[in-house]
Amino acid sequence: MHPAPSIILFTVLSGLGLGLLSFLGLGLVQATGWVAFWWFGFGYGLTLAGLSLSAFHLGHPERALKAFSQWRTSWLSREAVLAAAALLFMAPHAAGLVFFATPLKGFGILGAFLCLQTVLATAMIYAQLKTVPRWNHWLTPLLFLTASLTGGATLIGAPRLAQVLLAGLALVMVAYWLIGDTRLRASGSTISSATGLGTRGSVRQLEPPHTGPNYLLREMVYVVGRKHALKLRGIALLLAVVMPSLILWAAPDALTAKGLAALSHLAGMLAARWLFFAEAEHVVGLYYGKRAA
Amino acid sequence: MTALPATTDRKLGLVIDLDTCVGCHACVIACKGWNTENYGAPLSDNDAYGAEPEGSFLNRVHSYEVMPESGAPIVVHFPKSCLHCEDAPCVTVCPTGASYKRTEDGIVLVNEADCIGCGLCAWACPYGAREMDAQAGVMKKCTLCVDRIYNENLPEIDREPACVRTCPAGARHFGDLGDPDSAVSQLVATRGGFDLMPEQGTKPVNKYLPPRLRDQLMEPPAQLATLCIPSTEGLTGFLGWIDRTLGKL
Repeated sequence: MHPAPSIILFTVLSGLGLGLLSFLGLGLVQATGWVAFWWFGFGYGLTLAGLSLSAFHLGHPERALKAFSQWRTSWLSREAVLAAAALLFMAPHAAGLVFFATPLKGFGILGAFLCLQTVLATAMIYAQLKTVPRWNHWLTPLLFLTASLTGGATLIGAPRLAQVLLAGLALVMVAYWLIGDTRLRASGSTISSATGLGTRGSVRQLEPPHTGPNYLLREMVYVVGRKHALKLRGIALLLAVVMPSLILWAAPDALTAKGLAALSHLAGMLAARWLFFAEAEHVVGLYYGKRAA
Repeated sequence: MTALPATTDRKLGLVIDLDTCVGCHACVIACKGWNTENYGAPLSDNDAYGAEPEGSFLNRVHSYEVMPESGAPIVVHFPKSCLHCEDAPCVTVCPTGASYKRTEDGIVLVNEADCIGCGLCAWACPYGAREMDAQAGVMKKCTLCVDRIYNENLPEIDREPACVRTCPAGARHFGDLGDPDSAVSQLVATRGGFDLMPEQGTKPVNKYLPPRLRDQLMEPPAQLATLCIPSTEGLTGFLGWIDRTLGKL
């Protein structure tokens, strides 16, 4: 799939922001007044920046409000509704801490729950697609949720919680990559099933339907070199998990260390999310002879 | 609402004969022509006369080569457009309700006034049947020429999809695949029509007819090469008379 920068930034930033907000909602940061203002501002800022970035890949962003209407059937619509609900329900808790130094725990917990539901809905947009076998697996929602929680824990600088989550994220990332590599084959979709001609012999593309590129090829038949993919997986793992873990282990209480760990994690997650899209094979590529089965 | 209807009154769709299609792409052009001038946003072209021309199409013709275990390879021209699936995954993913499947005839359509151009429906389609128009920013797809098939301003013979109407080989058939007695259903039954990517669980309405088995090639005569050398031996009639007369000179 085409790794659109707007979608990569959207999913990474909003995931990070929602992870941070859920920990703030659960009261893992003891802050009131201005400090609380900056914490919640940071969480809301990341989430809203992500959400507004997502509008950049729309053909008609001015109609975006219509996307709130189909929550009964569409995960994309559910994501929109849940994101709005999460930010709304978190607001009284944030206001309580900022202005009155009193947490409204009920709103905080409900807000945290809705934040994680939003991340789940984002993941389900991808995981629901049978057409992209690599995504169509329960590891996808697990990956998004773990990434969001790990990002949140790294940002609030809770060393012990962050270490546990970083280890968990490493496991999920590697499992997602290894199992993901087998998914297209497991889907059973091949150029034979795509054309229905497999019973008559081996099928190969003789001529594409057009000489130039098209929307389908650009959007869904992005091919990333295997060699580069492996290197990028290494880089993503190193930056997103290994470096933050080492930094937090070496200096669990230093503020600069926490900042560095969070930045490294963010860079690693951007690389990982780029791969998430770039490596995902859409079965329509089979019609163009682009997927060796 | 982007929920799929449980059943549809009819299942209008196409039957495409892979045996008959000659790969002329006339259906592609007829489709583009009709759908650019009628229902919805035009199918735009970009850089049409430049180095990298590109455009939106609702129907494209692929060409494949099938190599059997033994014998000559078969070339198959393969037109592909929306299959108007019964379990259309493109409809349920739509966040705005712009994508829908009609209860009366099963046609899958996009309400372009509601489409935000997020592209998720194109991702959900295994067949590459949906293309986002680069100019209009809305999703385009085959409408089964909904503005032709019910159009009483057209002569009755023209009330079928443009691709079907134009096909010079008669490789495309249009009808109600929900009615087992319809001509298209009969065609599917007798010719062994099949679904594309059945493992995707989309239950396509459109069916494809497989290429017929080819006749076996006869063994060539032993002295094929010598038979090809021009010769006047055994020539009769006027030409024989000329040959004999000239030979005597």
